[in-house]
Amino acid sequence: MLPFDQILIQTVNGLVNGMVLALVASGLTLIFGIMDVVNFAHGDLVMLGGFVGAITVASTGSFTIAFFVAALTIAAFGVLLQITTLRPLIGRDPLTTILATFGVSLVLQKYALWQFGPSARVIPQPIPGQFDLFYLQYPWYRVGAAVMAGAIIGALYLFLKYGKYGIWIRATTQDRVMASAMGIPVPWVHTGVFAIGAAMAAASGVLFAPLAAVTQTMGSDFTLRAFIVVVVGGMGNLGGSILAAIFVSLLEAYASLVVSPAQAVIVSFVALILTLLFRPTGLFVSTTR
Amino acid sequence: MSAGSSAKGFWLCFAVVVALLAVAPLVLPEFWRRFLTEILIWGLLAMSSDILIGYTGMVSFGHSVFFGLGIYGAAAALLIVSPPNLWLAIALGLSAAAGVAVFVAYFATRLRDIYFAITTLVFSQIFYVVIFTWTAVTGGENGLYFNQPPLGIPGLFSLKFSTESLHWFVLAVVAISYLLVRRITQSPFGMVLQSIRENEPRTRAIGYHVERYKIVSVMLSGVFAGLAGVLYAIQNKFAAPDFVFFLVSGEVVIFNVMGGIGTLVGPFLGAAFFLLLREGLSRFWSEYYLIPLGIIFTAMVIFMPQGLLGFLRRRLNQ
Repeated sequence: MLPFDQILIQTVNGLVNGMVLALVASGLTLIFGIMDVVNFAHGDLVMLGGFVGAITVASTGSFTIAFFVAALTIAAFGVLLQITTLRPLIGRDPLTTILATFGVSLVLQKYALWQFGPSARVIPQPIPGQFDLFYLQYPWYRVGAAVMAGAIIGALYLFLKYGKYGIWIRATTQDRVMASAMGIPVPWVHTGVFAIGAAMAAASGVLFAPLAAVTQTMGSDFTLRAFIVVVVGGMGNLGGSILAAIFVSLLEAYASLVVSPAQAVIVSFVALILTLLFRPTGLFVSTTR
Repeated sequence: MSAGSSAKGFWLCFAVVVALLAVAPLVLPEFWRRFLTEILIWGLLAMSSDILIGYTGMVSFGHSVFFGLGIYGAAAALLIVSPPNLWLAIALGLSAAAGVAVFVAYFATRLRDIYFAITTLVFSQIFYVVIFTWTAVTGGENGLYFNQPPLGIPGLFSLKFSTESLHWFVLAVVAISYLLVRRITQSPFGMVLQSIRENEPRTRAIGYHVERYKIVSVMLSGVFAGLAGVLYAIQNKFAAPDFVFFLVSGEVVIFNVMGGIGTLVGPFLGAAFFLLLREGLSRFWSEYYLIPLGIIFTAMVIFMPQGLLGFLRRRLNQ
């Protein structure tokens, strides 16, 4: 029998990791929902964001500045990436976007190794202090990171729901041709959405950096986990991927009580396969719609 | 061109290419001999994936699992049985790959397009994690080291492999596999696979059991990938979890796209192109060769979707 306090600690851990993962996954699912692009390089954008953040913190000392610098830099990079590699692929099979972004992912990983070196970068926790959680001193920053991630996702939701450009984005998702007939510059909506997704990836990279170190290989791990979350939640479904991120992270957190964390990943793999077999449209999609 | 003369042309080309590949180790220096053998092995792996990508129209992002299980199956046979036996290694490697292929095929073929790609990727990662963490059996991160088996029949003769004879052995296996796969893809069965690629609902409507064909094509592809794994194990005498990691699957897809999908020869061309580029680029860029290589690959996805072979073919037809 597992002790109650361990289960509770893992619940908190799972929720915190889940919120950061949800931030990564919502960018991925936004990009897929609008452009049918499966962005294999998404985790590498997280990684780049983490590196840019770590460098800015090291030179300015301010976490807030680092956060915005990273988000804006990676958003600008996302615009460049979208125009050069993804725009020519509009209208082709989504599978070609996997291939193209896989190539980009290889380039980014090696670029990070070249530019930032093989050693891991750490950002010191910007919110000091801890609180007692049973036998643990639980850092406040972890809770802060989860709240920040939640706030960003909430802002995205409000933007999509009420903002002028948010309405453009939703219109493009629903009907690309009709949206363009109504005067919406669809190609630029695609670019904008990719920039937003990239900025969210960079933001989660900066938020994640104080929890663990930034390394140039962390990208593919994030990509894989975000893929799992997005498929479990239903491709292109924002609310679904947030729930799925928390669900998968909780599963992994509980599983790591029994097996090593490296093996706990298998639990989320199995969750994905079961979802695909029995609810291929996603676990958190209402079937009545 | 009539069917007869086109078939004659094919056999002529095939004979010339095989003859050139057979003579090559006699003139090439040691390093390039090994390199050529490696191209053949990676080409076989890429060709096995072409059955799915180019014929059935399903992109597998998990071919590393079949390749890796071929390697580990051969490793198990070579480590457990002494003296090491080549045929036993092949048999065990193929059955390991086939076993996983049945498993993956059963689940993954229920899904389509990107979902198939992601599912195969996830399956390969499951096996990667298992192999990586099950240190007692698989050696974990360090992998397994074993001895090269001799070529021979127990009781009759036994011949230690040299670089040349290993190359000829690999060439023979690869050439036979190529002919087999070519025959399969041109058979009525292969025609059904292509019709699934072109129009799945219509194939189903005609009355073909589409799922069964898909499962068989994944298994076929997995077995040939496993064969490539066995050959790799025999050449390099070690097994490591890195071969099961999804980057290998990604490289396999890269070979296919670079060479030209749905051609069977294209993947060999792609593997050769990729490995040569890597060799050349890593002289100047050391470990950063993936930066220019990734850019070339991405550019090829965008501008040359038919791959090198399709590009050359169109150029020649102009």
